[in-house]
Amino acid sequence: MGARGLIGSWRESRQALNARIDEFLLLLWKSVYDLFFVCGKATIFFGSSVRLAFQRPYRWDELVKHMEFVGNKSILIISLTGIFTGLALSYQIYLGFNLVNATNLVGPTVALGITRELGPVLTGLIVAARAGGAMAARLGTMRVSEQIDALEVMGIDPKQYLVSPRVLAAIITMPLLCGVFDFVAMAGAHFLCINVLSLDEAIFWDKIQLWLDPGDINEGLIKAGAFGMTFASVCTYMGFNTEGGAKGVGEATNKGVVYSMVMIICINFFITNMIRFYYAVAGIQ
Amino acid sequence: MGTFESAIRIKSLRKSFDGGRDFVLNGLNLDIPKGMITVLIGYSGTGKSVLLKHILGLLKPTSGVVEVLGKDLWSMSDEELVKFRCKLGVLFQHAALFDDMTVLENVCFPLREHRRDLSPATIVDTAVKKLQMSGMEEKHFAKLPGELSGGMRKRVGLARALALDPEIILYDEPTTGLDPILTEMVDNLILETHRHQKGSTSVIVSHDLFAAFRIGEHIAMLDKGKVLLSGTVDDFLKSDVDLVKRFVDKGFYKK
Repeated sequence: MGARGLIGSWRESRQALNARIDEFLLLLWKSVYDLFFVCGKATIFFGSSVRLAFQRPYRWDELVKHMEFVGNKSILIISLTGIFTGLALSYQIYLGFNLVNATNLVGPTVALGITRELGPVLTGLIVAARAGGAMAARLGTMRVSEQIDALEVMGIDPKQYLVSPRVLAAIITMPLLCGVFDFVAMAGAHFLCINVLSLDEAIFWDKIQLWLDPGDINEGLIKAGAFGMTFASVCTYMGFNTEGGAKGVGEATNKGVVYSMVMIICINFFITNMIRFYYAVAGIQ
Repeated sequence: MGTFESAIRIKSLRKSFDGGRDFVLNGLNLDIPKGMITVLIGYSGTGKSVLLKHILGLLKPTSGVVEVLGKDLWSMSDEELVKFRCKLGVLFQHAALFDDMTVLENVCFPLREHRRDLSPATIVDTAVKKLQMSGMEEKHFAKLPGELSGGMRKRVGLARALALDPEIILYDEPTTGLDPILTEMVDNLILETHRHQKGSTSVIVSHDLFAAFRIGEHIAMLDKGKVLLSGTVDDFLKSDVDLVKRFVDKGFYKK
């Protein structure tokens, strides 16, 4: 192959590479655009569903039913993940602090990490995958099988009947589940630190009492409520607006769960800053 | 067909889903007579189901007016529309039963929502009567929709549609996907229901010309988003319109 041929093939491969980069950037842009678009739509959707929740007829029985689904039925999985998170986190922190002879601070560090961050975030992610996915799939199936249309022609607002109770149920039950996660994770940390690593029990709890404020626990509970609102709004929005049969239901469920998880991680940072700012202004900590 | 009082009046109805590039309904005018069985027929994709959704107020017209029982649906407030919809009963193509409720609960549901003056016992009694009227046996009342056959689901769907004694009953392709015996059963059910619900208007969307001629007192054929012909069975049989003739010939040949 001559020099001209080499230049020609180099140009071709360069063009192919450029085309792939363009394709990738376009896909990236589309994904980010989709995410923001869904966020915006889900926020409007959330606003209207909350407004409808406080209009007659009140759907208390539906609210209780969905609280049972989101809350009670998540307790086992939350407890299971909570206990292993407590065990793993306390062990890692012990290993690190042992290097600088600061094992006395293992307890409060674990407690702060769990109550402020890991508790709400992991609870949010787990419940978003379990209950959020179910919400999107259920509403999507109802949409494609004309059950939502049937509600509408019966003179029943489908958003008030199907969406509002689910969103409220998630907002109410998520802080409770986060509380369960915190409690179980601390029980796991206690077991590992005291029974396995032989740290002093009195020091462990005394330091936690010293460093952990109710504000730290409240921060986690508030975040959990916000995450409940996020995944319930996104997943019900995706399910409610499903198009295109069984394939559409699958896509709505997939997108609902993925977008919820990404949003939970992203808004966690902003809520943390907002709460910290509020605490600083209010002189709470 | 002579003059009649209209239950549903559609004037210059146009509907586009893509911002006006293509119109599914394109200046459709139709009067549906009160107290009669009207069948809307036409080839697939001619806008029959879209028209039905406009009559139900599920779709907003791009332009034109849909008057149901003398009222323009889109000039009503949301609350008025909710109340007004109680005057309409719909049997969906696949019945659209709530799959987490039993047969009896499905029929009780609209009564519980709209007749809060009734006691729970009266609601159950009314639902049982509607189910029996639709030919459902009591042994199936506690079953979930997933445990029922296609024909039974249609019966339950019809009982639910009739629960509030609607003035207009709409059927969206009630016999699609059913075998000939079940098709005849559903047709008879529609006729019986129409006789029981005195003064009610029935609107049926169907592909089945044979059934349309058997049960329809008034027939309208749609093509390209417009009404091609509207009249009685005789009007259809005598029509010189090429498309109507072809549809009629095919319909009877199939049978």
